[in-house]
Amino acid sequence: MNPAQSADQTAAPKRGTRTVLDASDISRALTRIAHEILERNRGADPVVLLGIPTRGVGLAARIAARIAAVEGQSVPTGSLDVTMYRDDIGLKPPRGLEHTDIPAGGIDGKVVVLVDDVLFSGRTIRAALDAIGDIGRPRAVQLAVLVDRGHRELPIRADYVGKNLPTSLVERVTVHLTEYDGVDAVLIADKTTTGVKA
Amino acid sequence: MKHLLSAGDLSRDEANLILDTAEEMRSLADRPIKKLPALRGRTVVNLFFEDSTRTRISFEAAAKRLSADVINFSAKGSSVSKGESLKDTALTLQAMGADGVVCRHGSSGAPHLLATSGWMTGAVVNAGDGTHEHPTQALLDAFTMRRHLGSLEGRRVTIVGDVLHSRVARSNVLLLSTLGAEVTVVAPPTLLPVEMRSWPCVTSYDLDAALPKSDAVMMLRVQRERMNDAYFPSAREYTRRYGLDVHRMAQLPDEAIVLHPGPMNRGMEISAEVADSTRSVIVEQVTNGVAIRMAVLYLLLSGSNESNEESNA
Repeated sequence: MNPAQSADQTAAPKRGTRTVLDASDISRALTRIAHEILERNRGADPVVLLGIPTRGVGLAARIAARIAAVEGQSVPTGSLDVTMYRDDIGLKPPRGLEHTDIPAGGIDGKVVVLVDDVLFSGRTIRAALDAIGDIGRPRAVQLAVLVDRGHRELPIRADYVGKNLPTSLVERVTVHLTEYDGVDAVLIADKTTTGVKA
Repeated sequence: MKHLLSAGDLSRDEANLILDTAEEMRSLADRPIKKLPALRGRTVVNLFFEDSTRTRISFEAAAKRLSADVINFSAKGSSVSKGESLKDTALTLQAMGADGVVCRHGSSGAPHLLATSGWMTGAVVNAGDGTHEHPTQALLDAFTMRRHLGSLEGRRVTIVGDVLHSRVARSNVLLLSTLGAEVTVVAPPTLLPVEMRSWPCVTSYDLDAALPKSDAVMMLRVQRERMNDAYFPSAREYTRRYGLDVHRMAQLPDEAIVLHPGPMNRGMEISAEVADSTRSVIVEQVTNGVAIRMAVLYLLLSGSNESNEESNA
């Protein structure tokens, strides 16, 4: 985390990079998602939040904090690494694993809300559904994402969306969160002009 | 990283990547379904030219938990007893499409030969070669120490016993020094190799002096099957000077742990009370061994070998 560098990024974006959500937009979107989760599930009782590393974990923690503020009860929150369930695992160089942390109560009979930063091809979510199947049998699985940028390759949709962002395939969507990047922002960059890793 | 032949080949980052990955693999033991799909469709051959119980079973369990197909090969009852050469065995494995070969051999350097000869294209994991190296054992030892002691930077580890015949000792000294630990090797002069000065560790002949400043003590097995000479006057004298009993254990700092790669000679290098004491992490080492071997197989076999920089979204 380097605040100086991140501040620099927001102050003077690189050519072809623009900010589509700033800190207050992200905050409002997460507050709305938290309320939608509570409304849809009639309270926080059955809900377990599972963030997909890296940034989904931070988003899950923020949603959990908002639910706690509204309902006065904390929801079990964890993280779910899907690396080994990806369909491209044999096609790319081996990758290190992220941390998986399933809340102590487990997920059997619960409503699992998967939380991720960007919904794109849907392949990460497919992998996550397989990973969940090996851990337990939730009553239902729902999906919350900060940004839905379209271009689905699988029949998957999100239940809670922070922002629908029409993009072209040559663009790259980057989510910055304070806990990892020193700043809250969603950026769109042209892949051809920047070498930023999504 | 294409093969794992020597603990000395690992950089600090690579070693930490394996240990961190093993940490995630270990949490699998708490799940209802102890299986991951990472190596589905890959074939792992356990090529064991030398007897082994825990290493072979550990590798087999690791490969199966990652959904790989496992073929076990032991020299006894195979064509090797009819005089087949290592080369012809390797060509057979290649023809069968082995993606990974876990090799244990009585001759030092056999896995290296398999990996570099061009006889086969799969990844080779050294599971112990002669008196040379046993890298996955060193990794699981480091992993066990890290779980108890935290970072190994500056930690003092004492390795005691038959260093001359021990591949475990060599791999551990190399790996632990890479990870920043200070290693002391304690052994009778006859059981130390001649080229000891090139090892990144301190040597001593006095166990009682080393124990009070040790965060971890690793007792090595006295390898009688490799001893065709008299290295010490009697087993009793060895036990008195270099065996770990309850009295010696009392000299250790409070949080220090006792390791042993197994199989133990109870009453020889380690007393039964010590082996069964609360400081002993010997059973845990076996559990951790599966996690470490899963991490190694996953990192060597899961991806494609071409490295491209494409990231996902």
